Amino acid sequence: MDFSFSDDQRLLRETVARFVADRYGFEDRTRMMAMPGGRDPAIWSEMAELGLLGLPFAEADGGFGGGGTETMILMEEFGRGLVVEPYLSAIVLAGALLQDAATAEQRAARVERIVTGDLRLAVAFAEPRGPRYTVDARETVAVGDRLTGEKIAVLGGDQAQELIVSARTSEGSTALFFVDPAATGVSIRGEAGYDGSRVATVTLHDVAAERIPGDGAAHLSRAIEAANAALCAEAVGAMAAALDLTTEYLKTRKQFGVPIAAFQALQHRAVDMLMQLELARSMAILAAASLDRPAAERTANIAAAKAHIARASRFVGQQAVQLHGGIGITAEYKVGHIFKRLTAIETLFGDADHHIDALTDLGGLAA
Amino acid sequence: MNLDFDADELAFRDEVRAFLAAELPDDIRTAVADRTDLTKEQIVRWHGILHRRGWAVPKWAAEHGGRGWTPAQKYIFQEELSLARAPDEFSFNVAMIGPVIARFGTDAQKERFLPPTASLDIWWCQGFSEPGSGSDLASLKTTAVRDGDDYVVNGQKIWTTLAQHADWIFALVRTDPNAQKPQMGISFLLIDMTTPGITVRPIRTIDNHHEVNEVFFDDVRVPAENLIGQENKGWDYAKHLLGNERSGIARIGLSKERLRWARATAKEMAADGRMTQREHARLLRELIETEIDLKALELTQLRVVAADSAGGGGDPGAGAAASSILKVKGSDIQQRMTEIMMTLAGPAGLAQPDLDHGRNEEPQDRWLPAAAPYYFTMRKVSIYGGSNEIQRNIVAKTVMGL
Ligand SMILES: Cc1cc2nc3c(=O)[nH]c(=O)nc-3n(C[C@H](O)[C@H](O)[C@H](O)COP(=O)(O)OP(=O)(O)OC[C@H]3O[C@@H](n4cnc5c(N)ncnc54)[C@H](O)[C@@H]3O)c2cc1C
Repeated sequence: MDFSFSDDQRLLRETVARFVADRYGFEDRTRMMAMPGGRDPAIWSEMAELGLLGLPFAEADGGFGGGGTETMILMEEFGRGLVVEPYLSAIVLAGALLQDAATAEQRAARVERIVTGDLRLAVAFAEPRGPRYTVDARETVAVGDRLTGEKIAVLGGDQAQELIVSARTSEGSTALFFVDPAATGVSIRGEAGYDGSRVATVTLHDVAAERIPGDGAAHLSRAIEAANAALCAEAVGAMAAALDLTTEYLKTRKQFGVPIAAFQALQHRAVDMLMQLELARSMAILAAASLDRPAAERTANIAAAKAHIARASRFVGQQAVQLHGGIGITAEYKVGHIFKRLTAIETLFGDADHHIDALTDLGGLAA
Repeated sequence: MNLDFDADELAFRDEVRAFLAAELPDDIRTAVADRTDLTKEQIVRWHGILHRRGWAVPKWAAEHGGRGWTPAQKYIFQEELSLARAPDEFSFNVAMIGPVIARFGTDAQKERFLPPTASLDIWWCQGFSEPGSGSDLASLKTTAVRDGDDYVVNGQKIWTTLAQHADWIFALVRTDPNAQKPQMGISFLLIDMTTPGITVRPIRTIDNHHEVNEVFFDDVRVPAENLIGQENKGWDYAKHLLGNERSGIARIGLSKERLRWARATAKEMAADGRMTQREHARLLRELIETEIDLKALELTQLRVVAADSAGGGGDPGAGAAASSILKVKGSDIQQRMTEIMMTLAGPAGLAQPDLDHGRNEEPQDRWLPAAAPYYFTMRKVSIYGGSNEIQRNIVAKTVMGL
C-alpha cells in the first residue's frame, strides 16, 4: 500500500498548479469566457508546451505515458481553477478511444498533432431521443462508411478538428468512426454549457467517415470510465476550492458584530463539507488506481467512486453557496461557478443513481 | 376533527378555478410552467387581469380593495393560482408595502399610494438589505438626515429585487446613529426612484439573469411626508411587514404544481424512451417521498390557517414556530423539486441556448434548458426572507428558550 506520489508526479502537480494559478485566475477565466467562442486559444498552446496534452498517450505513439494517477493530479488542479478547456473530451475521452480502439495507423496520423495542440478531437455518442446514458447508437446509422443522424451534448464539439462518432451498423451493432467536421453533410451548432463548457449538437447527413475497428459500445464504455475517473478528480479540486473560499468567507464576513465563523451551526456545516471532500478524495484515488485493473473490478470501482462523488459534489456545492448568503448566487463571484461545474460533473457520464444501478447489476464491490 | 373544506369553500375553489381557466393567458401560463422568465409586461398584464376581477389584493382591508376572505379562502386562492401556473402574487406591493401603508400610513399616504399600489401602477421594490447588513439587518448604515422639509439619504442597498423596473422603493434608513439599540434608530421611508442621486446597478446572478440590483443613494432628497409612521420606529413596521405572511411562505401550491409537472413529464419521457423504465420507477418513488413530505407540510399549513380562522383559539397552529417551520421545510421541498427537474433533464440540460439567436425547441422541451438556471436560482429561497439558519436560531431562542 502506498498513497504517496513520485517525484515526477509531484513535479507534475506543481507545474499544473502554477499554470492554473498564473494563467487561470478567476478574472482571467471570466475574460476568456467573454472572448469569441468562449476561449483564449493561447491557453491550449500553452498546455501543449507544458506537455499536458500528451499526458495520457503512450510514449511509443509520441505521448508521455502517464497513467490514471497523472490524469488525476492534473484534473484536480484543473478542478481548482475551473479550467473550461475541453481537456476531458479532447484528451481523456478521445485519448482513451485512440489508445484502446484505433489502429496503429490511425494513432500515428493523430497523436503527435494532438500532443502539439494542432488537433482536437471530440466524441459524439449521445442522441436526442435515446436513453440518457446509453453507449448504444440507435438513430445514427452507418451505411457502409457513410453516416446519417443527430448527436447531442457533444462536449467540445464546436472546438474540434475531428469527431469520433458512434453509429449503428447494418449488423445492428455500435461502431465508432472518425468524421471531419468540415466534410459535406456535417453541421454543428455549438452552445455554452451552464458551467462554461462548450456543448454541440451535430447533425450528419450521408457523411463520409473512417471506421475504427471493434465493438464501439465496449470501447466507449471503457473510455467513459477513464472520463469518470478524471471527473472524480476534477470534482475533488472543485470541492477543495469551494471549501477554501467558504472557510475564508466565514472568517471575514461579519454579522451581529462577529465573524460568522463564530456561529457553531456554520462551523458544523463547514466540517461536514470537509468530511465529504476527504471521503471524495479517497474515492477519486480509488477510481484512478482502478483504471488498469481487470474489467469487472475497474467498472465497479469507478461506478462506486462516481456515485459517491456525485452526491458529495451536490452537498458541497449547495452548502458553499448557502454559507455565502446572497454573494453565493452572483455571477461575479467564483463560488457560484464552482457550484455550477460540480452540478455538471454530477450529471455527466452518469449521475449517482445511474452508477448505483450499474453497481447493483454487478453485484456490488468486490470484497 | 375534519380535514375537508366545507361546501362554501369548495364552491369558492370552483369559482377561482373557472376564472383561471378563462382568464390566465396562455403565454403567461407557459412561461410559468417552463420556468422561463416573465417579462415586466407579463407581470403587469396578469396583475391587471386580477385587478379587474377585484382579486389583486384580496387580503387587504375591504376599504382598500380587500375581499374579507377567510384564511381558508386566502389559502385556496393562492393554491389554485399556483396549480393553474399563474405567476406568484406581486409580493412587494401586495404582501409588503400595501399592508404597511394601510396600517401605519397617514390618510394622505393611503389616498396617494394604496390605489396605484393595488393596481401596480406603482411598482415597488424593497430596500432593506445592505452589503454589510444581511442577516443582521438592524446594523444597516444608509443614513437619512433631516434638512428642512426633506430627509437627505446617503448609502447603499443591495439585492434589491427588480429595482430596474421599480417606480418607488420602500427603504429602511438610519435616522438616529446614537440610539440605545441599533433597532431603535431606524426609520421607514418611501422614495421615488426618479429622484436625482439614485443609481441602480444590475447584479448578474448565476442563472445569468438580471433580477437583483445594487441601489446607491447620493444626497437623495426625500420629502419628510414620505416617512411612514414615526421617526426611529421603522423597525417595528418592518417586523410587521416581514411577519405578516404566515399563510403562503411554504408555497405549497407551487410544489404541488411541480410534482404534477414532474409526473407528467417523466411519463412522457418514459414513453418516448428518453427515460428507462428503471429510471422512471425510481423517479416515481422519489416523487412519492416528496409528496408525503409535502402532505405533512400542507397539513401543518392548514393547522395554521385554521388557527388563524379561529382567531387564536383551539390548536395554536404549530405555535410560534409555525412561520419558521413553514419557511424552512417549504424551501427544502421547493429546492428538492428543482433537483428532480435536474434529474429529468440529465446531461441534455447542460446546453444553454443563446437566447438572442432563439433556438427552435420542440414546444414540450422548452423547460429543458431552463431546468439548470432554475435549480441554481432557487438556492436563494433558503437564503432570503430570513435564511434557514436564522429561522432555526429564532425557533431555538425565542420559541424553545434554548
Ligand atoms: C435572490 C435574492 C433576492 C433578494 N431580494 C431582496 C430584496 O428585494 N430586498 C432586500 O432588502 N433584500 C433582498 N435580499 C437579501 C436577503 O434578504 C439577504 O440575502 C439575506 O438576509 C441574507 O443576508 P446576506 O446575503 O448578507 O448573508 P449573511 O447574512 O452574510 O449570511 C451568510 C451566511 O451566514 C449565515 N448566518 C448569518 N448569521 C448567522 C447566525 N447568527 N447563525 C447562523 N448562521 C448565520 C446565513 O444563514 C448565511 O448562510 C435578496 C437576496 C437574494 C439572494
